[in-house]
Amino acid sequence: MSQLILFNVFNGLIVGAFYALMALGLSLILNLSGVINFAHGGFLALGAYFAYALIPFLGFWGALIVAPILTALLGLVIERFLIRPLYGGDPLYGLLLTFGLAYMIEDGTKYIWGAQSLPFQAPVWLMSPLSSDYFFLTGYRLFMIAIVALAVSGLFAVLAFTRLGIRIRAGTRDLETVSTLGVNTRLLRSVNFGFGIYLAGLAGVLAAGQLGLSPTIGDNLIMPSFVAIIVGGLGSLVGTLFGGLLIGVASGLTSIYWPSATEAVIYVMMGLVLLVRPRGLLGEEGRLH
Amino acid sequence: MTRGRFLDVFVIVALASMPYWMTAIGGYTALATQVVVMGLAAMSLNFLLGFTGVLSFGHAAYFGLGGYGTAMAIKYWNFGTLPAMVVGLATATLAAIVIGGLIVRRRGVYFAMVTIAFGQVFYFIAYRWNEVTGGDDGLSGWSRQSLDLGFANIDIVKDEKAFYYFVLVVFAVCAAAMARLIASPLGRSLVAIRENERRARFLGLNIERRIWLSFVISCFFVSIAGALFALLNNFIDPRALRFDQSGNFVIMAVMGGMRSFWGPLFGAAIFVALSDFVSSRTENWMFFIGLVFVLVVRFFPRGLLGVITRGARA
Repeated sequence: MSQLILFNVFNGLIVGAFYALMALGLSLILNLSGVINFAHGGFLALGAYFAYALIPFLGFWGALIVAPILTALLGLVIERFLIRPLYGGDPLYGLLLTFGLAYMIEDGTKYIWGAQSLPFQAPVWLMSPLSSDYFFLTGYRLFMIAIVALAVSGLFAVLAFTRLGIRIRAGTRDLETVSTLGVNTRLLRSVNFGFGIYLAGLAGVLAAGQLGLSPTIGDNLIMPSFVAIIVGGLGSLVGTLFGGLLIGVASGLTSIYWPSATEAVIYVMMGLVLLVRPRGLLGEEGRLH
Repeated sequence: MTRGRFLDVFVIVALASMPYWMTAIGGYTALATQVVVMGLAAMSLNFLLGFTGVLSFGHAAYFGLGGYGTAMAIKYWNFGTLPAMVVGLATATLAAIVIGGLIVRRRGVYFAMVTIAFGQVFYFIAYRWNEVTGGDDGLSGWSRQSLDLGFANIDIVKDEKAFYYFVLVVFAVCAAAMARLIASPLGRSLVAIRENERRARFLGLNIERRIWLSFVISCFFVSIAGALFALLNNFIDPRALRFDQSGNFVIMAVMGGMRSFWGPLFGAAIFVALSDFVSSRTENWMFFIGLVFVLVVRFFPRGLLGVITRGARA
C-alpha cells in the first residue's frame, strides 16, 4: 500500500512538474504583459513536434536543446506581429487572439504531423527502471525532474541576479516607471514572452517522452496550469511553482482513492483557496485586480 | 423611425421568416434554429460582457449544465419538455450562484482565468461520470417531448419548423426580459460599473453584489440556450461545456459588436453559418475558425454593429 501511495505521489510530482513549468511561463507573460496566453498548450505541442522532427538529425539531446529554442523564436515572431499591438488594451482581445492561435496551432500540427499519436523515443538507457521494488523510478522520470529543477532554478537565478531579470521583476510592479527610467519595455516584454514560450517548449519535449506525442498534448496541461497560478497566488512565481507541484500531487493521491475525481479535485482545491485565502497561498495582497 | 427601432424591426422580421429564407440560401431549418440558440447564448453572455464589462470565459459550463439538466430530466424522470428545461436552468443557476460568490472579487483578466478554470469542473464531471452522463459519448437515447400546454398539444418532435418557432418564442421572451433588465435601474447601474467602477462605488453601489447578480442573470439566460441546444439535437455531450465553447460565445459577441444589444445575435449567425460552411468543406475547419478569431481581434475589434451603428441601446 505504501508503495502504491509512493507511486502515485511520484506520478503526481511529475505531472505537477509539467504543470509548474507551463504555469511559470504563463505567469511570466501574465505578470508583465497582462495577457493570458491561451496558446501556451499549443506552443508546448509545437516544442514536442519540433523535437520529434529534429531527433533524426540531432538525436534526443540535440533536440532537447534546439526544439525549445525554435519554439521560443516562433513565439517571438507571433508576439511581435500579433500580440504586441494589443498591449495596454482590453485584456479580452489578448485572450481571444491567443485562443484563436491555440485552434490554429492544434489544427496546424494535425495537418502536418497527423492526428494520431506518434512514437517518441527517449534514449533507451533512460527508460529502464532503476530498481525492481520501485518500478516507477525510471531514469527518464528522474531525468525529467532534474531538467525541470534546472530550468526552474535557472529562471529564478536570471530573475534574481541579472539586470534583465531585475527589470522584468520591476516591470511586473510598475512598467511605466521602468519605461521612464530608460528601459526598452517593448524589448523587455518580447524577451519575457520568449522565456515563457521557451519553458512551454521544454515542457513539451519532456512531456512527449513521458505521455506520448499527439496534437492535443497541451490541452490537458493548460487548465491545471491556470489552477496552479490561482492556487499558488497571482504575481508570485514561487507560488506558481508550489501550486503546480501541489495540485499534481493532490490529483496523484486522489487517483488512488477516487479515480474518477482525479481531474476535478484540483478545481475543488481552487475553490477552497478562493474561499479561504482569495489571494492564493503565496500571493501578494493587492494584486487581485 | 430611429436607427435603433429600425434594427429591432429588421431583427424581428428576419427571425420570424428565417425557416423560409434559410432553405433558399442553401441552409436548413435546424441551422436556423441553431442560429437562434447560439444567438441567445451570445446575447446572454453579452449581458455580462458588454453591459457590465466583466469578462467571463466560462459560460459554456452553464450552457452545458442547462443542457444536461434538461436531457437528464427527460431521460431519467420522463419529464415533459418545459418542466425538464426548468430542471436544467435551475441546476445551472444554482451553480452560478455558488461559483459567482467565489469569484466576484476578481477583475479583468483574472476573472476570465477563474471562470475558465471553474468551467472545467463541470466538463470533467460530465466526462467522467459515465453511468449518469454517458461520459465522452454524450447523453443520447432520449428526445424532446411534444408541448402539452393544457389547452393544446403542439408537436415539436418531428416538425422542425414548429420546433424552430418554439425556440424563437423562448428567445423572444428572454430577449425582451434582458432588454427590460438593461433599461431598468439595475441595468443602468451595471453600465455605470462598466464605464467607471470606482465612480460607481463612490456613488454607494455595492459593486460586488451587482456583478454577482449580473453574472447569475447572464448564466440563467445562457442555461436556457443550453437547454434549447440539447433539445435541438436530442443529444448533449461534454464538449457543450468545454472551454472552447465558451471561447466561441465570446467571439460571437465580439464579432457582432458587444456594445450593442443585437450585436451578439449577428455574431452568432455569422459564426454558425461560417462553421457550417467551413466544416463541410475541409477537415481542418478549426484552423479557419482560429483564423477568424485572430482576424476579428486584429481588424474588427468593435464588431459588425459596432461599426454600423454606435450601439442602439447601450
